[in-house]
This record gives sequence, C-alpha cells and structure tokens, in this order.
Amino acid sequence: MSYRKQHRSRSARGVSRREVLQMGAGWAVGGTLLPYALATPTRAAEHPELGTYPAGSVGPSVFVGISCPRTGPYAAVGEDEIKGYQLAIEHLNTGDPLLRKISPRTTRGVLGKEVKYGIADSEANPNTAVQAQSRFISEKKAVMMTGCASSAVAVALNKLAQREKVIYLTCLAASNDVTGKDCTRYGFREGIYAYPTAQALAPVLVSNIGRGKKIAFLTPDYTYGHTVRQSMEEALKAQGGWSVATNQVSPLGTTEFSSYLLNVANSGADVVININFGRDAVLSIKQSAQFGIGDRMALAIPIATPFLAQEVGADLMKGAYGGMGYWWTLEETYPLARMLNEAFRKKYNYNPEYGAHSAYLQVAMWADAVERAGSFYPPDVIKAYEAGAKLQSPVGEVYFRGADHQLVRPVIIIKGKKPSAMRSSDDYYEVVKVVDAAPLMQKPDAFGCQLGSYD
Amino acid sequence: MLTWATFWSQVFNGLARGALLALISSGLTVIYGTLGVLNLAHGAMFMIGGYAGYVAFTRTGSFIVALIAGSGVVLAVGLVMERLVIRRFYGRPHEDQILVTFGLGICFVEIIRFFFGSLSRSMPPPPRLAGITSLGFMVYPTYRIAVVGIVAISLLAIYLVLYRTRLGMIVRAGIEDSGMVACLGIDVHRVFMIVFGIGSMAAGFAGIVNLPVAPITPDMGDSILVQAFVVIVIGGVGSYTGAVLGGLIAGEILSISSMIDPAYSYVALFAVMTVVLMLRPRGLLGAEWRT
Repeated sequence: MSYRKQHRSRSARGVSRREVLQMGAGWAVGGTLLPYALATPTRAAEHPELGTYPAGSVGPSVFVGISCPRTGPYAAVGEDEIKGYQLAIEHLNTGDPLLRKISPRTTRGVLGKEVKYGIADSEANPNTAVQAQSRFISEKKAVMMTGCASSAVAVALNKLAQREKVIYLTCLAASNDVTGKDCTRYGFREGIYAYPTAQALAPVLVSNIGRGKKIAFLTPDYTYGHTVRQSMEEALKAQGGWSVATNQVSPLGTTEFSSYLLNVANSGADVVININFGRDAVLSIKQSAQFGIGDRMALAIPIATPFLAQEVGADLMKGAYGGMGYWWTLEETYPLARMLNEAFRKKYNYNPEYGAHSAYLQVAMWADAVERAGSFYPPDVIKAYEAGAKLQSPVGEVYFRGADHQLVRPVIIIKGKKPSAMRSSDDYYEVVKVVDAAPLMQKPDAFGCQLGSYD
Repeated sequence: MLTWATFWSQVFNGLARGALLALISSGLTVIYGTLGVLNLAHGAMFMIGGYAGYVAFTRTGSFIVALIAGSGVVLAVGLVMERLVIRRFYGRPHEDQILVTFGLGICFVEIIRFFFGSLSRSMPPPPRLAGITSLGFMVYPTYRIAVVGIVAISLLAIYLVLYRTRLGMIVRAGIEDSGMVACLGIDVHRVFMIVFGIGSMAAGFAGIVNLPVAPITPDMGDSILVQAFVVIVIGGVGSYTGAVLGGLIAGEILSISSMIDPAYSYVALFAVMTVVLMLRPRGLLGAEWRT
C-alpha cells in the first residue's frame, strides 16, 4: 500500500480482511451470549413482584422481622422467644448440625443468603405488633415475619401477612382461631393450641382426679382464653361428665385477682382450671395460695406458661397438671432436644422454655421450606409448606397440615413435681405423656378456616 | 353463685383493695392539689417502692427494715425528682407536665427492668401475719387483713400531718391558693418539695406493703396509675378525704361487680367515674376545679 493509503484515517482506508475476520468473531461470540443475557430478565418474569419479592432477596442477605413482647404481662415469655430466634438464626447462618437435622437441605444461610433480623417490642398488643412489622416490611423488605405470645397479636399479624404477602410464622399462640376462623394463606402455626391440648389433657385429668367433678375456670378475656375454655369444657364434659361451677373472666394484665379468687373459693368447685398466661398466671396462682384454694382444689393449667414453676415456686405447682409445647427433660428421649438444650445452655445459661423452642423450630422449618421451594417467591414457599414434608424436631416427627397451616406435633402433658423429688434446680415437671396430636386434631374446617389466596 | 357468703366476702375484699388504692391515690391527689402537677410517674413510685423493699428484704430478711428502706428510697427519689425536674414545670401547661412525668415513669420502669429483668419478684409476708384467718363466713388471707390495718394507720398519720400540723396547714392552703401562700412569705418551693416527696412516699410505701400480696414486675405501676386517677376523679381532685373515700368506693365496685360479671369490673368502675363526672364534676368531696 502507498504511504498515503496506509496512514489515512481508518474509515477512509476501508475495511481490511483482518478486520472483517475480527468483527465476524466478535459477532459470533456476542451472538451466542446474547440469548443468555436476554434470558435472565426472562427468568425473573416467571415470578412477578409480590410483597417484598424480589426486592427483599436480591442482595447477599435477607431480613426477618421479629416482634415479641418485651414489656407487659408476657415480657418474660417474649425474652425467651427472642433468645430462641437469635440462636436459630446464628445456627442457620453458620450451618449448625442441629439446624441441618431439622432442615437437611440447609448449608449456610437460606439459599446461600445470610439471614439478618430486627427485633421489636410488641407489648403483646396487636396494634403495636402490626406497626412494627409493617415498618420491617416497608423499610427492610422483610421476607418473613415472626413472633408473638398473644393469640390476639397472631391473628392481627396473620391478616397483615395476607395483605402484604409476607409469610408470618406464629410463636406462642394457642387460640383455636389462629388456624380457625382467622387462618390465612400466609400464616403458619407451629405450637400447641386449645383443641388438641384439651383432648390430650382431659383423659389425664379424668383418670387422676375422677369423674363428675366441678370446674372453676380462670379465663383471660380474649380469644385465647375463651377458645381454650370452650375446648376444655367440651372435652371434660364429654370424657368425664365434668360440669362448670364458675367461669371467672379477667382482663389481660390483671394484677389483683382477689375478687375472682373469692368467687372461686365460694363456688364449690373441685378443680381450678387456670387459663391465664404469662404474668397473669403467676399472679393468679400465687394469690390462689393466699386464699387457701390450693389446699382444697386441684389445679390444671391447659397451657402452662414458660417460667411458671420458676416464678411461682415448686411448692404451689406440685401435683398440678398442664400442657406445654416443650420441656427440657425431653432430652432424655429425644436426641434433637438434647442438642438444642446444650446449645441453648451454652449461650444463655438456662434450659430453653417452649417459647424458645417454638422460635427455633419455626426458623428451621422456614429455612427448610425455602430450600425446598428453591426461591423466596411466597407462593412457592407456601406450597412447599403445604406439601407437608415430614421433618425431625426436638419433639419428634412433625409435619404441616396443608388445609389449615397447623403443624401436626405432639402435646406434652406435664405434672408438677414435689420439691423433694426435683433432681436439679429446674427439674420442676415430670413429663407424664407425650401425646401424638394427629388423631386429636379437629377437622381443618371445623373452626371455619378458609385459607386465602396465594397472591 | 350469689350467696350472702359470697357477697360479704366480696364487700370485705373490696375494703382491702380499696384501702391500698386509697393510700396510693391520697399521695397523687395531694401532689396534684398542692403543686398542680399531674404526676404520671406516680405508678412508677409504687413500683420502685416495691423493688426497694424487695432488695432490703433479701439483704436483711426483715419486713420492718424493708418497709423503712423502701419508703426512704422512694422519698429520696421523689425529692430529687421534684428538685431536678418537676420544679421547672410548675408554670408550664398540663400537657408538658404530663409528658415529662410520663417520660420519667417510662425511664424508671426500664431502669428497673435493666437491673432486675422481667420476671416477677415477691416477698413472703412476715411469719406472724402469714396464713389464713377464718372470719366465720369466709376464710381470708391474714396478711391482707393486716394490710387494711397498716394502711389505715398510714392514712391516719397523713391525715394528722395534713390537718394537725403547721406544715399540713400550709399544704392545704397551698391547695386552695398557692399564689397567696407565696405572698404571705412562706417558702412555697420547700413545701412543694416536701409534699412531692411525701406523696411519692405514700405510693412507695403502698408498693412494699403490697409485695407479699402480689409479686412485682417492672410495669406493675401502669394499671395502678390508671386506677388511682379514677379514684381521685371520683373522690375529688385535691381532696385528701375524697381520695380515701374514692379509694374505698373503687375497691368495692371492683369487688362486687366481679360477683355479677367479672369481665365487666373495670367497665363498672369507669361507668361510675363517668356518672360522677356528669353529675358532680368536681368529685364527691372535691372543691372547685383548680385552673
């Protein structure tokens, strides 16, 4: 080529053969890559935006909103739950062996993402809880909400979950309504609740106390109190011919039970069934003793609150029957319970109560459901739950019932030990029976459960 | 089951409940009547008294020491609170007073929660007062009967201070017209501080006395505060005898209504308060409203 032709500007020179080959190669490579580049947005379009999906899970971490009562009558229970959540999330992020026994597909985190969380005080008040979780959803794009000790809060958060399309996992909420008339597609309950607990406890009471006895109920005035009372009354009437002498209803947060207890003392009842929870249970039982009720009447506590024996004292709890979701001495028969107790004791210096157990199990089961679903898209996770895979837990084999989102799990029936029979400072209860709840549960639609839509 | 036994036992129980409420409310009404300050930290004083008594009891094992120590601590807290905070709010509108005392109340609750946790603490009654007394138609915890006696003595003591001492006369004059009292050359601020201290101490003393009856938790003061305000509205704000009468009435309402339908006890109490407000806005024994 002449000097001038060589050093002309590129465009003026025209295109050389080399350049054609280079461009051709470039087009070929680009051409093969193009479908993949276009495919990624195409795959995201398979799952439309729903709730906090996909915004809450695009980064390297996902956020979980936890609202538990840290003040008010259920504060002690709430603190136990929070510890359970913290332990579970720590185990999840590090791939702890215990958590992987419950959720076998977990490696580290959930779908490879680290789990971060925030804790808010629900005060056991539905409005407060809803506000706190709404903020977690809008500000932090929470992919899952959890926590409660009050069924009223659980019902409110069930509805929030359905509205906002963010999964909600209850912690402690024993009203029939939570998976009954107030059930939602986005809510899942792990814990024991009124109906099967009553069915499990009634035969124990009838065989140990007798037939045809008269009951005095101490009932907290909200959904949990009323449904537990109803379930206990039905079960005891049917199985033992028991009748109700009096039903004393007190507002949640009552501190002065003397008037109710006087009515109980004068009612001629044989058995006091105390449905109160949290601090209300502690105060009412302590005050019962002051009125001499403990000497004359047997005591049953269908849902025995965590820390009850510790606060009330073994003396008042001896011989009392109750129902629980978990008690630490289960470690003698259930290996996962032993693992949980050890990890919890190591971190917190006491044995977990059933609030902490419920919290841990809910997180583990959620991790399992998300891994099975393969994505955070809420309907996929919900369907994974509803498939009802059998999981191993510290209380044995459990699985979710798809029709009402209730975990099928055993009811632990306990009896208070005499102080002289306690083998250690927190050996308050003897586990009388671990009752398989599957045959005891009501039909899913018996309490009017109608799950809502997936999206 | 509405029998005479039930009825009389509830009447008696109402007396016991009412006595405690009367003591707490008398402190609140004297503070509001004299200082014009709505003290929403009053419930917290009740709670602090309980915890101070509990700590004293666990250290010494003596009920009397617990009573003295607990009252002393709350008196000190009240005096300091008045000196540092409340004093600056006398001229301020009620909303500001409500906010600052409410905020102080929350701070106290959380400080106690930080040190003691949320689990409840309790103290057994002194051995001579433990157990149950048979009153013929019913059995009743001995200690609760003793509470009525202790509270009656305290109320009498406060009454004597208010109506038989010079300090009391100044306080009552201050309730009527604190501006005039200042014009007469009396150091109103010192009087206010003492009144705030004594008023808070009444609540704190009630807190310790109540400890063997109901274990304490950090937020026990909340419901007590609401009931105390209802009592002073019924009895008449600023009236000491009104607080006592209102307390007894409130106690009886809560007890007797629980015989009929326990779920509506508090509704009954608030209903009575509403009726009193409608028919006699200044309360049963109250003077004309302070402005």
